Amino acid sequence: MRLFGDARHVAVGAQSPIPATAALLARHLSGGRLYASLLTSPAHNFFTDGGRELFDCAGQGRIDVFFLSGGQIDGEANINLVAIGDYAKPKVRFPGSFGSGYLYYVVPRVILFRTEHSRRTLVPKVDFVSAPGWSPPEVYRPGGPVALVTNRCVFAFDRMRRRFRLESVHPGHTLEEVLDNTGFEFDRPERVPETPPPSAEDRRLMREVVAPELATIYPKFTADVFGVGKAA
Amino acid sequence: MTAKVRALDDLVAAIPDGAYIAIPPEYSGCAMEATRALVRRGAKNLRLLTVPASSLQADLLIGAGCVAEIETSAVSLGELGPAPRFTAAVTGGTIRLKDATCPALHAGITAAERGAPFMAMRGLIGSDILAHRPDWRVLQNPFSETPDPVVVVPALHPEIALFHAPLADRHGNVWVGKRRELMSIAHAARRTLVTVEEIVERDLLADAATASGTIPGFYVEAVAVAPEGAWPLPLAERYPADAAHLAEYARLAGSEEGFRRYLDQYVLVARRAA
Repeated sequence: MRLFGDARHVAVGAQSPIPATAALLARHLSGGRLYASLLTSPAHNFFTDGGRELFDCAGQGRIDVFFLSGGQIDGEANINLVAIGDYAKPKVRFPGSFGSGYLYYVVPRVILFRTEHSRRTLVPKVDFVSAPGWSPPEVYRPGGPVALVTNRCVFAFDRMRRRFRLESVHPGHTLEEVLDNTGFEFDRPERVPETPPPSAEDRRLMREVVAPELATIYPKFTADVFGVGKAA
Repeated sequence: MTAKVRALDDLVAAIPDGAYIAIPPEYSGCAMEATRALVRRGAKNLRLLTVPASSLQADLLIGAGCVAEIETSAVSLGELGPAPRFTAAVTGGTIRLKDATCPALHAGITAAERGAPFMAMRGLIGSDILAHRPDWRVLQNPFSETPDPVVVVPALHPEIALFHAPLADRHGNVWVGKRRELMSIAHAARRTLVTVEEIVERDLLADAATASGTIPGFYVEAVAVAPEGAWPLPLAERYPADAAHLAEYARLAGSEEGFRRYLDQYVLVARRAA
């Protein structure tokens, strides 16, 4: 949420329960200033022009923050949502690129997230580029990655240097663990701060207000994490 | 005028083997009862166009051997994980696949709606999606004096649009509310076949409150009643997804043998007496 800046419109795509939680929490805390659009939930987006409106809206610069993930993410913030191995005969096939081949270019603040922080997911070079982390100057690109949030830490992305920089390590995790489990090189400060945990009030809002709202689209997530909406 | 309201079996019989079919995403309105009828019939060589992504519907058709080709931005079971039959077909090389990104498919459909040959769009440059799409092109923006490459995608003209909606009337007008991607694919497709929860006796175009969310019967070849026809997928404002059933599908479809059991239990027998 600290990564949202002064965003007015945060949008969340498919299979993104944690970003959806952050977006709805931010909306509650903004006192109605922030629009949070969950693409896959008719109840949580204002779109009336069908599935294309999100992309049209983003193309006009009306979406400030979006979230993307990947089966693989590399040190230049290239993301792979397609396959591991040879594209024509893949070893592993992922669902597909969704809107990444467009939104990564046009949304100013794209936050990458990956809940499995390992050398399998954070790799030196992705096998397939669903969307590149940077583009040469002649390519229209107002958007791109600002950060990568994992289950262990937060990286910021420096678009000029095309490199991640370790920003903070989550409570209960260590720098050594991050170094051991990251397949790409990254910069880091001499002293790496700890990621500030959410406040007690934020945790209460997530559990009592946000989770029930998310239960229809992410029943498994809200049941596992917040104990909400468990099937009888 | 031929009656627009048909029996479900007649509607499904109007879909030939080899048809190029546009289907919507799961949050929109998927004609799952009709999809099961296609599987029962043993439909072959379908070319699926997901506008822009799919879940159970594409996975079921692929697993049942009905699909020769799919153009898609993603096929996945959402938080239940990868779509197992799609994944197996791609890694096994048993279907042709055209990987896309969501707005490229919306753009192709929009071009077809306009009668335009192609649509320009941002993004994609430098991606491997573009690298594997010889049918897409990069042009210099003709209105820019500085280098400005843009991707153009051709209009997509599906032969058939197949989807499920809450309401239709006797004229074949179909109310989709704000699910306007259904209207787009109906505009773009040469033939539109729709299953609905119910037929209403009033004219849906007569009242401005419903008309703006209604696909005129002009674009619609036939409608058929299929109560809970999107099950086990959701239908907005009518019913939620059947989460327990989808979890069972995800578990069974993980293996070829389990998938066959799923078909035997839920697809190859009609779900309930009509």
